[in-house]
Amino acid sequence: MVEFWAFALGFSILLYILLDGFDLGVGMLFPFASSEDERRRMLAAISPVWDGNETWLIVSAATLFGAFPPVFAIVLSAFYIPLFLMLAGLILRGVAFEFRYKATRSRPLWDAGFVAGSYAAAFVQGAAVGAIVEGLPIENGVFVGNGLSWISPFAIFCGIGLCIGYALLGACWITQKSSGPLRAFGFAALPKLMAALLAFLVVVFAWSMAIRLPVLERWTERPLLFICPLVGLVAFAALAEGLRRGNDRFLFLSGAAIFLAAFATLAGSFLPYMLPFSLTLWEAASPAASLEFLFWGAGIFVLPLTLAYTLIVYFVFRGKIAEERSY
Amino acid sequence: MDLTPLLLSRIQFAFTISFHIIFPAFTIGLAAWLTFLEACGLITGERIYRRLSDFWLKIFAVTFGLGVVSGIVMAFQFGTNWSELARRTGPIQGPLLGYESFTGFALEATFFGVLMFGRDRVPRWAYFLACLMVSIGTSLSAYWIMVNNSWMQYPTGYSLTANGVFVPDDWPAILFSEAVRTRFPHMVLAAYVTSAFCVAATGAWYMLRGTAVQEGRAMAVMGLRLAAILVPLQLLFGHLVGDYVHDRQPAKFAAIEGRWNDQQPASEILIAWPDPKNERNLFEIAVPYLGSIIGSMSLTSKEIGLKSFAAEDRPPVAIPFFSFRIMVGCGLLMLAIAWVGTWLSFGEGLLKARLFLVATSLSFPLGFVATITGWYTAEVGRQPWSVYGQLRTADAVTPVLTSGEVATTLTLIALIYALIFGFGALYIYRLLRAGPIPTAEISLYGTNPKRPLSLPGASPGVTGAAGIGD
Repeated sequence: MVEFWAFALGFSILLYILLDGFDLGVGMLFPFASSEDERRRMLAAISPVWDGNETWLIVSAATLFGAFPPVFAIVLSAFYIPLFLMLAGLILRGVAFEFRYKATRSRPLWDAGFVAGSYAAAFVQGAAVGAIVEGLPIENGVFVGNGLSWISPFAIFCGIGLCIGYALLGACWITQKSSGPLRAFGFAALPKLMAALLAFLVVVFAWSMAIRLPVLERWTERPLLFICPLVGLVAFAALAEGLRRGNDRFLFLSGAAIFLAAFATLAGSFLPYMLPFSLTLWEAASPAASLEFLFWGAGIFVLPLTLAYTLIVYFVFRGKIAEERSY
Repeated sequence: MDLTPLLLSRIQFAFTISFHIIFPAFTIGLAAWLTFLEACGLITGERIYRRLSDFWLKIFAVTFGLGVVSGIVMAFQFGTNWSELARRTGPIQGPLLGYESFTGFALEATFFGVLMFGRDRVPRWAYFLACLMVSIGTSLSAYWIMVNNSWMQYPTGYSLTANGVFVPDDWPAILFSEAVRTRFPHMVLAAYVTSAFCVAATGAWYMLRGTAVQEGRAMAVMGLRLAAILVPLQLLFGHLVGDYVHDRQPAKFAAIEGRWNDQQPASEILIAWPDPKNERNLFEIAVPYLGSIIGSMSLTSKEIGLKSFAAEDRPPVAIPFFSFRIMVGCGLLMLAIAWVGTWLSFGEGLLKARLFLVATSLSFPLGFVATITGWYTAEVGRQPWSVYGQLRTADAVTPVLTSGEVATTLTLIALIYALIFGFGALYIYRLLRAGPIPTAEISLYGTNPKRPLSLPGASPGVTGAAGIGD
C-alpha cells in the first residue's frame, strides 16, 4: 500500500512537472514574443489545457496530505513565504488568461501577472526541490527551521535551473504547436535553452553529490542507476537532432524524456527517503487504515479516470494551432 | 491584543474561508438550478428554459472559476499555517480532503467542459446528464468538506497514538456521524436557498426595469416558489443541527444562547449584550421556559451555562451569539419574502406589487449573509478547539511561524483577492445587466471551456475547439 501511494505520488508529481511545466514555460517565454499576434498564439497553444495541467498540482498535494501527512506538514511549513508567492502567482496567472481580453487599459497588468506568476511558480518549485535535497532542519518529524531556512545558493541555483527547464519545455511545445514566425521563435530559443539546461544538469549533479556524500554510495552500489543520466543524454541528442533537421514532431517528447531522466535520477538517489535523510516512505506514510480507505475509491477508480480525461483532452486538442479566425 | 502568529493565522483562515464560501454556496445551488432548468426544458420543450439556462450558465462559469481559485489557497493553508493539525490529523483529514480533490475534480472538470461548449455537440439528454454530473460533483465536494469539518467539530471513529496522531479505526462512523447527517443537508440547503434568492432577486430586478420581462417573471416566480419550500426545510435542519450542538458541544450551545449560569428551567435570550469580562449580559430580553423548550423539548430541563466550563475551555461569546441571530434573522426574512411572493405569484399580483419587487431584488445577499454567519457560529463556537475537546487551536498552528511571515502572506492574499474578486464582481454585474440573450441570437458557444469568462466572440485567437486542432 505504501509503495502504491509512493508510486501514485511520484507519478502525479512527474505528470504535473511535464504538463504544467510547458505551460509555465510558455508564460516565461511570453515577454520575448515580438508581437501581440504571437502572444495570442502562445496563449492559444496552452489555453485549453493549462487548467487541467495545474490540477495535477492539487492532485499531488492531496495525495501527499492523504498518504504522507508528515511530509505535507514539513514541506508546506518550511516554504511558507515562497509557497504563498507561488499561489499568488498561479492565481494571477490563471485569471490573466481571461482578464487580458476583457481589459482595455489594464492589459499590461494582467500580462505582467501572467509572466511574473509563471516565473514565481517555476522558481519556487525548483528551489523547494533544491532545499529538500540539501536537507531541511527536521527533528522528531517536525520542521524546526525558520522562514528563511530554505534559502541557500544551491536552492536558488535549482530554482533558476527549473525555470530554464520549464522554458525549454515551453519552447518545445510552442514550436510543435505553431507555424510561421512563432515556430521560428521557438527554434531560435531552443539551442540557448538546451545549452543552459545541459550546463545546469551537469553542475547540479556534481554539486548534489558533493553536499550529499551518502548519495555517492548509492550510485556505486546500484550501477543500474547510470541508465537514468544515459537516457537523459540520448534525449538531449534526439532534441538536438530534431532541431538540426527542423523537424518539430518529437521535440516535446524529447524534452519530456530529459525531465523524466532527471526525475528518475533524483528519485534513484534518495529513495527510500522522502526527505533526505530524515524521513523514509514508511516513516512518513499514513496508517494502513487511511491508505486503504484512499485506495479503494481514489486509487483504483478516480485516479485512472482523471488520467483518462487528461488523455482525451490532449487528443481533442492535438495538432497545430489553426490560423487565426475572425474576431 | 497581540498579533501573534496564531491570531494572524486565524484571521487569515477566516478571511480566506469567508471569501471562498461565497462561491460554493452559489455554485452548488446554481448547478442544481441548471439541472432543474434542463430537466424542465427536456420535459416541456419550452424555449424559455433554454434561455434561462444559457444565461445562468455564464454566471455559473465566472463563480465556478473564482471558487476554484480561492479554494486552492485554503487547501495549502492546512500545511502552511496549521502544520501541526495536518501532521496529527493527517491520517483522517488527508484522505477526506484527498477524496474531495479527486472526486471534485473528476466529475466537475470532466463535465464542466461539456457544459461550457457542448450545447450543440451532444444530444440534449447528454447535456442534461452533464449538468447533473456537475451538480453531483459540487455536492459531493461539499459532502467531503462537511465530513472533514464535522469530524473536527465532533471527532469520532479514531484512536490516538502515543505521539498524539489521530488514526482512523472506524471510517463509517466518521463518514456518517451524527454531525454529518445534520450539517451536510444544512449546508446544501443553504446553497440552494442562496441561489434561489439570487435567481428571484435578478428576476425581480428585470421586472422592475422592464427588461427581459418574460424571463424575469419566470426567474422571480421559480426562485420564490422554490425558496418557499426550501426555507422551512432549512429551518428544520437548522433545528436538528442545534440539537446536535446542544448534545455534543454544550459550551458552543451556551455561547450561542448567551447563557452564563446553569438554569432550570432555562429562559431563551432573544437580544442581549454579552460582557465576557464580568461573565454576564449587560442587557437582555429573555422569554422564560423557552430556553428549556428549545434545548431539550421540555418545560423543566436544566440547561448548562458558560460558567460550568473552565475559562480556557470557553469559546468567545459575542461572535457566535450575534452571528447566530443574524443567520436566523436572515432565514426568517427569507421565509417571509418567499411565502408572500409565492402567494402573489398565483395570479397577476407580482407585477403590480412594486414595493415587494424592490424588496425581493434587494434580497440577494440574505442567503450569503446567512451562510457566512452560520459558518462563523459553527467555527468560532468550536474554539478554543481545533479538534473539539482533543486538540487546541493554539497547538494546531505551525510552530515555527513568525508574525511577520503571516502578516506578509495575509497582506498578499488580501491584495490579490481584492484585485481578482473586484474584477470578477464587475464581470458578473455586466452579465446580469446585459440579461438573457433573445433566442434568435443564441448560437454555438464560441468559448473555451478553460476560459469560462469568455463571451461568444469576445476572445480572439481561441474560438472554441475551432481555434485549435487540425
